[in-house]
Amino acid sequence: MSKKIKYKTSFGDQLMWILTLLMAISVLVLMVWMGWQMYHSARPSIQRFGFSFIIGRVWDPVKEQFGALPFIYGTIVTSLIALLLAAPIGLSVAIFLNEMALSKVRTVIGFLVEMLAAIPSVVYGLWGIFVLAPWLRETVEPGLAKWLGFIPFFKGSPVGFGMLAGGLILAIMILPTIAAISREVMAAVPNMQREAALALGATKWEMIRLAVLPYAKSGIMGGVMLGLGRALGETMAVTMVIGNRPDILLSLFAPAYSMAAVIANEFTEATYDLYLSALVEIGLILFGITLILNVFARLLIWSVAKGPKGGSLV
Amino acid sequence: MGQSISVRDLEAWYGSNKTLKGIHMDIALNNVTAIIGPSGCGKSTFVRCINRMHETMPGTKVKGEIILDGVSIYDQDPVALRKRVGMVFQKPNPFPSMSIYDNVVAGVKLNGMTQKHKLQAIAEKSLRMAALWDEVKDRLNYSGMSLSGGQQQRLCIARALAVEPSVLLMDEPASALDPIATMHIEELIRQLKADYTILIVTHNMQQAARIADSTAFFLNGELVEHGPTSDIFTNPSDKRTEDYISGRFG
Amino acid sequence: MNDRLRNYRNWMMLSIFTIATFIALIPLFGVLSYVVKNGISALSLQFFTNLPKAMGLSGGGMANAIVGTLIMVFIASLIGIPIGILAAIYLTEYDRHSWLSVGVRFATDVLTGIPSIIVGIVIYTAVVLKMGNFSALAGGFALSIIMIPLIIRSTEEMLKLISHSIREAGYALGISKGKTILRIILPTAAKGIITGAMLAVARVAGETAPLLFTALGNQYWAHSLNEPMASLPVQIFQYATSPYKEWHQQAWAGSLVLISLVIILNLSARFAFRSRSN
Repeated sequence: MSKKIKYKTSFGDQLMWILTLLMAISVLVLMVWMGWQMYHSARPSIQRFGFSFIIGRVWDPVKEQFGALPFIYGTIVTSLIALLLAAPIGLSVAIFLNEMALSKVRTVIGFLVEMLAAIPSVVYGLWGIFVLAPWLRETVEPGLAKWLGFIPFFKGSPVGFGMLAGGLILAIMILPTIAAISREVMAAVPNMQREAALALGATKWEMIRLAVLPYAKSGIMGGVMLGLGRALGETMAVTMVIGNRPDILLSLFAPAYSMAAVIANEFTEATYDLYLSALVEIGLILFGITLILNVFARLLIWSVAKGPKGGSLV
Repeated sequence: MGQSISVRDLEAWYGSNKTLKGIHMDIALNNVTAIIGPSGCGKSTFVRCINRMHETMPGTKVKGEIILDGVSIYDQDPVALRKRVGMVFQKPNPFPSMSIYDNVVAGVKLNGMTQKHKLQAIAEKSLRMAALWDEVKDRLNYSGMSLSGGQQQRLCIARALAVEPSVLLMDEPASALDPIATMHIEELIRQLKADYTILIVTHNMQQAARIADSTAFFLNGELVEHGPTSDIFTNPSDKRTEDYISGRFG
Repeated sequence: MNDRLRNYRNWMMLSIFTIATFIALIPLFGVLSYVVKNGISALSLQFFTNLPKAMGLSGGGMANAIVGTLIMVFIASLIGIPIGILAAIYLTEYDRHSWLSVGVRFATDVLTGIPSIIVGIVIYTAVVLKMGNFSALAGGFALSIIMIPLIIRSTEEMLKLISHSIREAGYALGISKGKTILRIILPTAAKGIITGAMLAVARVAGETAPLLFTALGNQYWAHSLNEPMASLPVQIFQYATSPYKEWHQQAWAGSLVLISLVIILNLSARFAFRSRSN
């Protein structure tokens, strides 16, 4: 005989459950609401310019011309510079901390790397203006122009404020993200894997290459993507060193502009609705790109956390 | 010997896995009943049904009837039921954030008792019953985690006793302990049975033989045999019980 | 022969990783040393007590910005910490695996990943435009949106560390689920949750972008939460990008104060966490 089971819960218990449920739902609502709010505000611009907004090269609020390509270009170039520098270094940091360092060294250096992430963006920007940019202008850029000037990226007069400065400062800022995620996924590699490699007579580097990296590969890619997401949306430091000129130039020394920077600089000055709407649309594009990057990155990291797949084992 | 607990047609599931397949059993008052059987036979699920802990796991289901002192437990608020049916788990699980004292009185305190002298009296009484008082009376404010494994388990017993249940369920309470701590726990169980109806799950047949008045043998989710401990161990009526007792499987 | 090559390669790769790690730390010391060097010379008692001076004049302080940052971070904590902790309780204690939980976790990840300037845009269009003015409240809201996902993540991690047997011990004593969570589970995870909250506070204390078009900034004291309010990061940004040398000095001093605040929060969060494991 089946009997209906009674599960009485007290009022306080139900209140607690409902309260936590509401808060959990509110997070979901918050995300959807933010997307909708942005879309709603960007709609005039989307309807007016359509696809030409993304490929338009002219940004002239006075003439109501809004093409976001210079900002997209500046954002992509600076983020790529940042990735090119931060991915190998971040991975090296993770390998050093996880596979090589003794526990005391690991604690100290791990803390210092995390501090790198804790420094506020605006402080990096301040340092960028008064230390990094002058150094680039006086030392690095003339040197690059002299030795690598045949490559179009390194042609042109040294300015200091430009895509190279933006990329460098972004590299510093996303390095801790890449290092932290890489460490996390490398720590998930079972010790058995390492011991198996060492028992076969592998050197430490061979162990890392054969047992650790293949296993952690997709997670590391996820970390790099999260870093990229952070670079694309980073605002203050880039705004302060990129030069803020909506040009599309090959030279990395040249001043440029990024999507987040134009929003930061012009938002409070947007004198009419379409102007504001255009700026919000830039934000919406940024929102969309970072959302997609995050989804992919999380899936990759998650796949490592779940354990090994066929083929990734030695 | 009064009937304390009557179990009728009890079936339980873990997801799609049926772990209890229609249990009929009467458990006597102020007695120690041992539940034995190979791992996976449903003995843990069985005791966890009696205080309705089984249902707290997601994906579980129960059917059937358990009558405690004449009332179906499924007609009661599970939270209130658990005050009458205490439980001690396999691994000692004192609350890590609480002192020894707070651990003992946690159940009464969180259920509304605030008078300090009463709480103190309850703490002392429970710790004495659990044979832990002399060892901890000078350091009641230490963390419960500072005790040894065996002491932690006796602390958990004291904590369960403080709520003044009439039934005490013990799910392999000594399996994580060393032999000396195990001896302490067994001694304690023998003393407690004057006031409590005790169900103890154990994989250790010598332990069942030492402390239990009656023993029930579970196999594959079914109750094979239940009777006085001496009968089960010396003269089992079922072939499967005999095989298990004599170590032919399990 | 072959082995020597392998050993050589091993030695080389390990050296590269070590060197790269030290290269990674150069910017940290670069930034810290400049902030300390330039900041200390500009720092004085009046920096903490005075209002900013007009452009081009030396002296003055950032008292309003320091207080503004504290107020807005406080508002953000008041909103963000309870929402974050309660949502995390739902995810760990009530419902770990349903679609709703998966969705909430996904939303948490998305909110963690989106650029903070986006939050500024949304609060501007939703709050500032509706209320008709920039305000400290709008700034606090914006910061709270950044805080919520951080708190959820860290709290969830901490609650997940608590063994299920502790929850069962609570239920088995006839303690209701709500009380078990509030009086047993939360205290057990308290240190970890506080650590996470402190790190989240440290993080939003340094945020500039979400405040640019919400709290805006203010050269004077704000008299209510419904007025534009100064904050350290925004003040640093405005001073750093200004053409005045005196303001640059102030920006360095502000950075020193901000960095000290952030590092103190980080260190004490770690200290709290370490004492837990002992």
